[in-house]
Amino acid sequence: MKSPVNQTTLPDTIARVGQLALDFFNEAGTAAILMFRILAGGKNLWKDRKLFFEQALRQGVRSLPLVMLVGIFTGAVTAWQGNYQLKGYVPLQYLGVATLKAVVIELGPVLTALIIAGRVSASIAAELGTMRVTEQIDALESMGISPIRFLAVPRFFANLLMMPVLVVLADFIAMVGASFVATALLGMTAAMFWNQIPTFFEVFDIVAGLIKAFVFGAITAVMGCHIGFTTRGGAEGVGMATIRAFVWSCLLILVMDYVLAMILF
Amino acid sequence: MIEIRNLYKSFGVKSVLSGTALTIAKGESLAIIGQSGCGKSVLLKHIVGLLKPDAGEVIVEGENIWQVSLERLYEIRQKFGVLFQGAALFDSMNVAENISLGLREHTLMSETAIAARVKDCLAMVGLSGSEDMKPSELSGGMKKRVGLARAIAMKPSYVLYDEPTTGLDPITADTINDLIIRLNERLHVTTVVVTHDMVSTYKVADRIVMLHDGKIIYSGTPSEVRETDNPVVRQFIEGRAEGPIKTATTRAT
Ligand SMILES: Nc1ncnc2c1ncn2[C@@H]1O[C@H](COP(=O)(O)OP(=O)(O)OP(=O)(O)O)[C@@H](O)[C@H]1O
Ligand SMILES: [Mg+2]
Repeated sequence: MKSPVNQTTLPDTIARVGQLALDFFNEAGTAAILMFRILAGGKNLWKDRKLFFEQALRQGVRSLPLVMLVGIFTGAVTAWQGNYQLKGYVPLQYLGVATLKAVVIELGPVLTALIIAGRVSASIAAELGTMRVTEQIDALESMGISPIRFLAVPRFFANLLMMPVLVVLADFIAMVGASFVATALLGMTAAMFWNQIPTFFEVFDIVAGLIKAFVFGAITAVMGCHIGFTTRGGAEGVGMATIRAFVWSCLLILVMDYVLAMILF
Repeated sequence: MIEIRNLYKSFGVKSVLSGTALTIAKGESLAIIGQSGCGKSVLLKHIVGLLKPDAGEVIVEGENIWQVSLERLYEIRQKFGVLFQGAALFDSMNVAENISLGLREHTLMSETAIAARVKDCLAMVGLSGSEDMKPSELSGGMKKRVGLARAIAMKPSYVLYDEPTTGLDPITADTINDLIIRLNERLHVTTVVVTHDMVSTYKVADRIVMLHDGKIIYSGTPSEVRETDNPVVRQFIEGRAEGPIKTATTRAT
């Protein structure tokens, strides 16, 4: 029974919200099952190392230019706005530490992950989605080849490996960008910018950032694979899958970022 | 032997298979005919477990494919070669890689032996020398034939052909018919051909069954089919719009 849009009744709305909630848990449940099956499939990783390296190259190395660009600007803007926020309250010599902490704990992992969500998650979903709607996944299955082992496992572990690498790189480049802003535009010397860092530097910050990177890497790859595998209906379906993978990955990254912050700090 | 027992399958409210029953004997060459959209491709996909039936059983050499473990299902599938209606070539791989994938994944054959097998398979479908081409560079009929080469590369004991001759010129179609017959007669490959092409059907099949309204409504040898007085089968093989089978236009009136 359909009611006209402008006459939506309360029970209708409740039903719709309920349906949305059910869809959400259904989706999350299927994705979680896929994740477990991928993890179990990890035992074949050595045998399929060729597939794995291919994916690591595609996802990781080719994301480098973008990640570096993001790194530079993240660092630059953090230093510039850090200066604006701290001015008058905190001596400028703490700008380096403040920037480092912001970058390593939060901005590096989250911004890199969001970039990867756009690039990797959406491209996995588009690729696997196309394979689904053109029956290539059926063809794999019919040959007795598990699409999870053959397609999802290499993509997942490649992303799991590359994400922390990309994050560390982005962190490093962000600090280069920040020190450039500090020395060239804010009138600090390089020594002023870097001197306080050893005093306040904590290994745990790096570890926390890397934990985030791992979790975000897992999320983007699993959502890409899950949405790709469940794509329906031709070119339009593939387009939808691409958008869905991007949106879901971003959403989950931000939610998990909060959850991890609660757990870690 | 493959036994299909009382299969039911619906997509949403649309019921496609409703009590389909069919036994395919080892070594036979079976053709499945039926109107477009009646569920022939869906039935083929059930045989290799690509679709899960709502009810009913598929039993391959005594094993119910939905009661065995997933690993076992993958092993059972290796007995099959499937030619998909749309060929379903892996478009990230070239022709040789498409054909050799199963060999690489499931056998310990050397690269030389694999290359030789790929060459043989391509020769059989009349596409010698196209190893390095990408699926996107192939015509529709060529894709079909590469799909066929891929289906037979593992020397399967069952080959399921979904419209092997559709989109081919009559001469190429006939060489494909000959290939299907040769595989069946010389290598004792159990053959299931889904087709609309009655010329091909009469030529390759020892037995013809017709799928209609979700059920197998007829089974007979090619000569029995030619003589049958079953009105549904008659209408189909004679290609008439009027008759017991409802078509889009006759249904409207
Ligand atoms: N994955 C699917 N989701 C929804 N409906 C489907 C799906 N696959 C098939 N169908 C429906 O099932 C019916 C039978 O489809 P099928 O592809 O088996 O027809 P067919 O007999 O092979 O026809 P043709 O001779 O044209 O290939 C069609 O009405 C189709 O819409
Ligand atoms: Mg079909």
